[in-house]
Amino acid sequence: MKKLDAKIPEGPLKDKWTKHKQEINLVSPANKRNLDIIVVGTGLAGGSAAASLAELGYNVKAFAYQDSPRRAHSIAAQGGINAAKNYQNDGDSDHRLFFDTIKGGDFRSREANVYRLAEVSSSIIDQCVAQGVPFARDYGGLLDNRSFGGVLVSRTFYSKSLTGQQLLLGCYSAMNRQIARGKIKMFNRHEMLDLVVIDGKARGIIARDLVSGEIKRFAAHAVVMASGGYGNVYFLSTNAMGCNVTAAWKVHKKGAFFANPCMTQIHPTCIPRSGDYQSKLTLMSESLRNDGRIWVPKNLEDAKAIQEGTLKPTQIQENQRDYFLERKYPAYGNLVPRDIASRASKEVCDQGFGVNSTGEAVFLDFSSAIRRYGAEQAKIKGLVNPSEEEVKTLGEEIIKGKYGNLFQMYEKIVDQNPYKTPMMIYPATHYTMGGVWVDYNLMTTIPGLFCIGEANFSDHGANRLGASALMQGLADGYFVLPYTIGHHLADEIKTGKLSVDTKEFDEAEASVKEKLAFFINNQGNKTVDEYHRILGKIMWEKVGMSRNKEHLEAAIKEIQELREDFQKNVKVSGSLHEVNLELEKAGRVADFLELGELFAKDALERNESCGGHFREEYTTKEGEAKRDDENYAYVAAWEYQGTPSEAILHKEELTFNDVELKTRSYK
Amino acid sequence: MNLKLFIWRQKSPKHKGKMVAYQMAEISEHMSFLEMMDVLNEQLVKKNEEPVAFDHDCREGVCGSCAMHINGEPHGPGRGTTTCQLHMRKFKDGDSIYVEPWRAKAFPIIKDLVVDRSSFDRIQQAGGYISVNTSGNTIDANAIPISKENADLSVDAAACIGCGACVASCKNASAMLFVAAKVSQFALLPQGKVEAADRVKNMVKQMDEEGFGNCSNTGACEVQCPKEISLDNIARLNREYLKA
Repeated sequence: MKKLDAKIPEGPLKDKWTKHKQEINLVSPANKRNLDIIVVGTGLAGGSAAASLAELGYNVKAFAYQDSPRRAHSIAAQGGINAAKNYQNDGDSDHRLFFDTIKGGDFRSREANVYRLAEVSSSIIDQCVAQGVPFARDYGGLLDNRSFGGVLVSRTFYSKSLTGQQLLLGCYSAMNRQIARGKIKMFNRHEMLDLVVIDGKARGIIARDLVSGEIKRFAAHAVVMASGGYGNVYFLSTNAMGCNVTAAWKVHKKGAFFANPCMTQIHPTCIPRSGDYQSKLTLMSESLRNDGRIWVPKNLEDAKAIQEGTLKPTQIQENQRDYFLERKYPAYGNLVPRDIASRASKEVCDQGFGVNSTGEAVFLDFSSAIRRYGAEQAKIKGLVNPSEEEVKTLGEEIIKGKYGNLFQMYEKIVDQNPYKTPMMIYPATHYTMGGVWVDYNLMTTIPGLFCIGEANFSDHGANRLGASALMQGLADGYFVLPYTIGHHLADEIKTGKLSVDTKEFDEAEASVKEKLAFFINNQGNKTVDEYHRILGKIMWEKVGMSRNKEHLEAAIKEIQELREDFQKNVKVSGSLHEVNLELEKAGRVADFLELGELFAKDALERNESCGGHFREEYTTKEGEAKRDDENYAYVAAWEYQGTPSEAILHKEELTFNDVELKTRSYK
Repeated sequence: MNLKLFIWRQKSPKHKGKMVAYQMAEISEHMSFLEMMDVLNEQLVKKNEEPVAFDHDCREGVCGSCAMHINGEPHGPGRGTTTCQLHMRKFKDGDSIYVEPWRAKAFPIIKDLVVDRSSFDRIQQAGGYISVNTSGNTIDANAIPISKENADLSVDAAACIGCGACVASCKNASAMLFVAAKVSQFALLPQGKVEAADRVKNMVKQMDEEGFGNCSNTGACEVQCPKEISLDNIARLNREYLKA
């Protein structure tokens, strides 16, 4: 059995990274020219890694299933990116960012990784500004910040509600410079379908050209996975339609351990579902909770009337509203972490207080903020006794400046004006903290295979704080991997040019072709989407925001049965040698059907509540999550053994030397 | 509602394409346009027919993948909207809806409604960047103050999602608004000044080589742009080009 070694450097926490960088092996510039690296995925992690590795002199081959690297789903991140710059002089520091992240993750992440993340966070902002990323500025021309959930400082940098887009365009421009120099060879509309392992080392991939359908081989001295998260296992999520687990799952099947699959983030502020035809859910940025107040009616009769459409939210008096987050968590109020806000919203809706026709929505109300900003503006402008209307108009202008495009997005989808009536929101799957297991060097259990960004498990524990995903993706790609990959590649300089004409490539290609042909030839009677919807329903109802043993066991059984049915009855139209979107979806759903089972198995095995993983059996008297540090302070890393149910659990014990393990309290 | 769709079907660049009619029943007004297309495709698969190929991904108006020419307008009726953000409530029961791909020489067709927009990537590879390596040793982000006005104008230009609606709306199939947005983002920032002249010359040269048409200031691009990128950017591009 393989033993897990996280390879955490010795020494005091704050010196580990500096010391490690000094001690690891380097590759000379002349040798870098002879080394090839494959990067799968071109979001913030993959894009920044591809650009940085190419700048260093490596030959990079980058892959994206989209038609351009700029379309990866990092682009949809709205709110911002954290960095411990302490520009606001509000007491921020590397240590505080580290501590907030560890605590926010409910003490289920690795101290050394998280500290390093906090340590490099400031460099990310410097780098992005140098690249021309237009962050928001204040009137003095300096960078502006806002606040996000689970923290008491303002450390979030942003560009309107387009932060992900702007950061990704930064990576993309850095990539473009290297593509123009020939140091990155870009493979758009290519999907990785298998990993090739030779003599125990990652040596290449098999990819399908999504235009011609051709199956191609690519060899390299190292492979970097930056393929994002697996939230689409729920069918409905805030992920893009194409987001998938396929690349990550294929490497898992080839020997890479998969860690904490059950740790998934359900984001509290998304636009609620409207009907069965729904294809995805849309996030409303957490930044809205800076100014929006979350409430439901205090009385069940009012809630009923709202559900039936006979009462409007604006008709409910202030004292008849339950601002439940402010009531339950006075210290953090509406800015509690995501897992806590989501569960609290679900709880009030389960009690019948939901505020739309499905009963699955709560209000996010900006009227207080509009009045507050309006009064302030009236004062600045010197208006004497302004009318309520004047104040509102002035306040709406400020809100528009801050969140204009989110409000517009909401209005387009829901057809209601959120300046005049509160938004309706409900939790939805958003991010996966679990992923491919990596050591401190971001290398998986397969030598030469690295995993970065959302696709790995490393930094967010059981719950990710807002504006930390962008930070982690760029930290991994710009400032961590370019160093640590060299340590591995230093041993590869004698390997020489790699060939794709080996029996391992033959076998991998044959197996990919066989699976694709199976789908086309199956001629069943159910579409891929039908299976995906059923899987999503099982996952949401039984492995969603709140879980219990009975439901998890049922879910495992149902997923197994669904997978069998899929193998018999799935129907995929078209042919292998053309653009075939159904075929692409079929491969992805087949992998979700396997991952879903491991996900439920992992949730069943973890007999505690922590972060996004909430087990009904393990709660405090007040109904809050109850962690079990004695028995579960470990990373669950699963080794594939032929089927998800036979996966073997390896435990990486988490040791905390620099923080005290405490019950998370946001009261 | 019930609708009649006419959709451009073309198996590959080598095949001849044509408009094909599809009858749609019981479409909810709350559906997005692409969800309506999903319903159609699921029906086609069930009937052993080939589903309509179209590009899409984030379905929240920011990835720039979706690209349908609907009733003669890129991204259909409504301003500041991508196809994925268009909802069926914009249509009436009994409507006929015509769906075509982007049409431009520089966007060759791949299949059905999918076109090849890699010409946009190549324009950006010609100079749409600032030459700075990743180092961790760049100057502090606050070392150079940037006026709020310029930072805001820069992000307004950088909001371009690269969907190609500007090209599709233009009678000359010009990419001026796209290139202008990219040039403007950097031209408005001090970091972009050093390479400004080469950037604008190289990007415009590449734009011409890709076969995009000339700009005749009709302004259709600004009207159809889902991100409402302003024509002012084209004026700025021209100034930058003359300066260079």
